[in-house]
Formats: sequence, C-alpha cells, structure tokens
Amino acid sequence: MNNTLARVARWAATAAAVALIGAGSAHAGETLDKIKERGVIKIGVGTSPGFFAPNKDGRWEGFFVDFGRALAITVFNDQDKVEFTSSSPQQRLPALQSGEFDILLSGVTETITRSFKLGFNFGPIIFYDGQGILVRKSLGVTKGSDLDGATIGVQSGTTGELNIADFFRKSGKTFTPVTIEDSNEFLKALESGRVDALTQDSSDLALRRTLLAKPDDYVLLPERLSKEPLAPAIRAGDDRWLQIVNWTVYVTIQAEEFGITKENIDSFLTSEDPAVKRFLGVDTSLGEAIGLDPKFAYNIVKTLGNYGEIFDRNLGAGSSIGFERGYNQIWEKGGLLYSPPFR
Amino acid sequence: MTDSVLAGAQARPAPPIWPRLRRGLLGSPVNIAITLAMLALAAALLPPLLRWAVFDAVWSGTPQDCAAGTGACWAFIGNRLRFILFGLYPPAGQWAAGLASLILIACAVLTAIPRFWGRRLGLLWLVTAVSTLLLMSGVFGGRAVPTGEWGGLPLTLMLTLGSLGCAFPIAVVLALARRSKMIVVRSLAIGFIELVRGVPMIAVLYVAMLIFPLLLPAGASIDKLLRIFVALTLFVAAYFAEVIRAGLQAVPAGQREAAASLGFTPWQNLRLVIMPQAIRIVIPGIANLAIGILLNTTLVSVVGMMDLLNAAKTSASDPAWIGRYDEAYLFVAVIYFVIAFGGSRYSLWLERRAGPR
Repeated sequence: MNNTLARVARWAATAAAVALIGAGSAHAGETLDKIKERGVIKIGVGTSPGFFAPNKDGRWEGFFVDFGRALAITVFNDQDKVEFTSSSPQQRLPALQSGEFDILLSGVTETITRSFKLGFNFGPIIFYDGQGILVRKSLGVTKGSDLDGATIGVQSGTTGELNIADFFRKSGKTFTPVTIEDSNEFLKALESGRVDALTQDSSDLALRRTLLAKPDDYVLLPERLSKEPLAPAIRAGDDRWLQIVNWTVYVTIQAEEFGITKENIDSFLTSEDPAVKRFLGVDTSLGEAIGLDPKFAYNIVKTLGNYGEIFDRNLGAGSSIGFERGYNQIWEKGGLLYSPPFR
Repeated sequence: MTDSVLAGAQARPAPPIWPRLRRGLLGSPVNIAITLAMLALAAALLPPLLRWAVFDAVWSGTPQDCAAGTGACWAFIGNRLRFILFGLYPPAGQWAAGLASLILIACAVLTAIPRFWGRRLGLLWLVTAVSTLLLMSGVFGGRAVPTGEWGGLPLTLMLTLGSLGCAFPIAVVLALARRSKMIVVRSLAIGFIELVRGVPMIAVLYVAMLIFPLLLPAGASIDKLLRIFVALTLFVAAYFAEVIRAGLQAVPAGQREAAASLGFTPWQNLRLVIMPQAIRIVIPGIANLAIGILLNTTLVSVVGMMDLLNAAKTSASDPAWIGRYDEAYLFVAVIYFVIAFGGSRYSLWLERRAGPR
C-alpha cells in the first residue's frame, strides 16, 4: 500500500511539476497578497503528538501549530486566522507547489535538493531533530560513547542502521546491532532486556518512551547521530512572505534571548534598553520602517510566549512528552537557536 | 416482483439447521480436522482478545488510568467521541453536523425501502442534499463553517451518498451513450468509462487535489471539497454506468419492440418501459457499488480530508492519549462494518425478494 502510495505521489509530483512549467504564470501572484485577500493563512501540517494534533474540540495544537499562529499574528494580529490541514509526507510538497498551502509547517527537513531542484524556500530551522539513543537508566550511561560493547536495537531498512555503525566506528568502540522489523517489537525488545538501547529519530524515541510501561526508567541520550533540520517551507518567489516567516520565527527566539516571557512581557515595556524598546514596539520607528505593526513582536510573545515556552508547553517539561531541549536551545545556553538583531 | 413470487419465496421451507451444521462441520475426516483446528485457533486467540477488549479494559477515566491498566482504553473513545464523529467541526454547531448525519442516514434507509421507489425519491434526495448542505455550512448555527472544517461521519456519508446521487444521472447517460448507434457518442462514453476505470481512485483524487488547481486561470480557486467531490462523482459514474448497462442489456428486446408498436415515442419507451426494468434488475449491483464507495471514501484522507477514518487516526495523536490507535481503528471499523454489513444483508434480501425469474 505504501509503495503504491509513494509511486502515485511521485507520479503526481512529477505531473504537477510538468504542469507548473506550463502554467507557471498562473501562480506568479504574490503569496502574501493572496493571504491578505483571503483573510486566512493556509498551513499544511502533519499529525504527530506534541507537534500538531487537534484537541477534542477540533482546535489545532502543537509546536509547529504555534508557529503558524504566530504568523497569523504577524499578518492579521489574530492567532485564529489560520487554516490547518493535515497532509501526508508524500503529498505535502506537491500540495505546496500547487498552491493548496501558503506554507508547510509539517516538519520538512531542509535539504539542498528541495531548495534547488524543487524550488522551495525555507525559513529558519525551528526544530533540530536527529537520530538519538534511548537507554535504560540503570546502565548508568550518560553519553553514547559510554555504550562500549552494548547491544543496540535498530529498525531494519532505515538510515539509522548505517548512522549507528558510523558513530561507533568513529569513536573506535564496538556494539552488537539487533535489527528489529516491527515497531511494536521495538519497544518490547528494550523492556524485556533483549537490547540495552534503541536508536531512531530522537523525537520519535521521545514519543515511544512515553508508551513504555515505566517511562522514567529510560532516558534519551543528548547526542544526535544525524541531522534532521526541520524548517518552514514556502514556494520560491515571494520574498516578502519569506521575510515575514523568517522574522516571525526570530521573534520567538529573540524574546527568549532577552528573557521576555508571556507573563513578564509587560514589565519589559518600561525597559530602558533601546534594543528591547525596538523589539517590543515601544519605539515605533522600526515597525514603521519595515511596514509591519510595530507591536507584532509584543503580540506574538504576549499570546504564545517565547520559543522556550512554546517548546515546553508542547514538547518539553510542560507536556506529557517530556522532550529535552538539546540543540533546540538558545545559543547562549549551548543550543543552536540564534536570532539576528532587531534593528 | 408480484405478490405471488414474493409469497413463493417465503413459503419455501428453510432446511433444518442442525443436520446441515453437523454435516458441514463433522461430515468427513477433513471437515473434522478443520473444525478442530479452528476451535484450537479460537481458543488461542479469543481469551487474550477478550481480556484486552473487555475484562482488562478501562471504560472510563483519565489517560493515567489507562496507562496503569493493561487492556483496551475505551475511556479514550469516550473522551474523543466528538472528534472521531465530527472531526474539526466546531463544537458549538455540532448539533447541525449530527442532524445532517441523521438526515443522510434516513435518506439512505428510505431509499432502500421498495415502497418508496418512484418519483418521490428524486424529491427526497433533493431535500436531503439541500438541507444537509445548509446544516453543515452553519447557516442555522449563526457562524459560517468553511468546508475545510467538515469532517467525520457526516463527511463520509455526504461523500458516499452525494457521489452516488450525482453520479446516477451521469451514469444513465453514459450507459445509454455506450449503447448508442452514433459512433462519436459511443466512443466518447467508452473512452471516459475505460479511462476512469483504468486508473486507481487515489490517482483521480491527486489530479483533483494537486493538478487541477494549476490549470485554473490566475486568482481563480475552487473549493477543495468540491473538487474532491466532483472527482469522486466522475469516478463513481464510470462504475455506475457499467452496472446500469448490464441492466439495460438484461431487458428483453421484445419489451422495447412491444412498446414501440403501441405508439410509445423512443423517449417514453426508455423512461416508462426500459429504465424501470433495467434499474430494478441491477439494484443488488447498485447496493454493492454503494458499499464499495463507502469504503473507498476513506482514501480522501490521503488528500487531507478529515473523513471518519482520518478523524479516528488523528484523534490518537492527542498528546494526552498518545498511541491509542488500536482502540480508534477498532471503533471506526465497527461503524464501517455495521453500515457495510447492513448494506450487504439488504442486497441479499432484495435478491431473495425478487426471487428467481
């Protein structure tokens, strides 16, 4: 079934690309103009707990969803002027290409092929994912290289198999791989002690961990064995829209760098720091110069919080998922998040 | 179809069940072996299944109660029932979606009763279509509900019944065209039917979803649900046309000739003599087609529509209830099964009722 799907999707993607060349002029119109005319941003998401899922009232919630709402605040100053549609990994890129979505916030990995060959622009990376290792706490292991001689479960047919071999070869240590086909077997192998550790995409492991009978007996190690930078994707050709995407994401990061949160933001309004004044729109000259509401950053943080709050609420300590920040931490605290200056 | 035929069918005594069962289950060494093997299989599978689904199941409570238990978490279904049945439809206007579902079900049930067959049926479907669309669009709820928020059971029923209803007239025309003596008309009909039947439905959906918008002039856009609905209708029409063609071929040529000799115009002949008989013959075929379409509508989830199956799947991605896929899938499987099984029993009943000709 999946093969058929993938084949059909590839065929559709190719056909769409061919049709695009023919009808290219039909979509030269600016994405942002269309969004404003329509009054709502159409966003392609996925379905994965913590990242994007409708709650029981049908309201979309999740880490990526909050960035979509932040965009709606930048454009409309209303976090609900968004329309989320879940879209499978096979069809999301052609759907973006065909104009079905204005932006994909579905956890697309930024790659060079997607930028050049497929003609997509990527916003800032908002989630650094990568292959991780889940171990039993009782092993007393704190980093991957401590796992010398361990038995490690990997799912067969994934790049994870190759990555873990590379990882151990590089560090000169040895391990015994146990390839496991079925995803349910995967967890049982760890619980039954057949393997000492599991390796897989770390966000996936974090979710699986919560499905274990005693999640607290297991820990996800901090290293990442591969790079999966997830970024917002848009169609190439609308620079203004790209800038809005970029700076909306930067707002959440910059707020965390300043230490501004949803709760304490109003106390910063009286700050004497010129950078904070520009950022929050107390000094309106910046907003006027760039053609946005001078208060857009204030509105985003006041409504949704800074990057750290968005992370904690959906994926981190404040959620049932309990994901570590890892690289998704501001640069001052050893992460990779870094906002260009607001000036 | 007459009363005597009906009476004859009912008067046939049913053979006693026990001798039949004994012969079937224990009639020969091979049958005995198969029976024993099946009993052993049931003995191995049923207790764990029952333990999971009934005895150890958590019927109400919080996600923590479920995590503590080892059985199925039906509390999850209770908690997310609204979402599974209505998808993203706003809770405030939910009664409208529920009412629309009831109207659609009533329409299907009434259509299935032979006493209602006739001109009134067209009116019934028209009323159903208009009232359902009005209800779903939120006119009575005071707030417009965009089609992107339609989902769950009403969406599945609308797609199934709506595509069947709209495909019917197209299918009649196609079936007649395929039997036409005019070569252009015939070729067009054959070309359309064979083209549609030659591609998988998922490809038709992808074309409607991804490629069709590219062909529209700049700035124009057609609602996604409408595009998907039209694609589905055309797909159904091709299969429907073949079912009707079978009926047309089964009407004896003498019927047409007799009607013509009585002075019926070709149009009257078709409308009053041929079609009623042809449709009546293929009703079991139509019921089968309807079941197939109901199950096929689940494919719309791959183009991002929140139909019943997709809503169930999506509900299991709630962070609070992570991974309750087994329960979600089982629950909607029961819904699909009830509808599909009811449909197939109905079609069997119709066949028996019509009796051997």
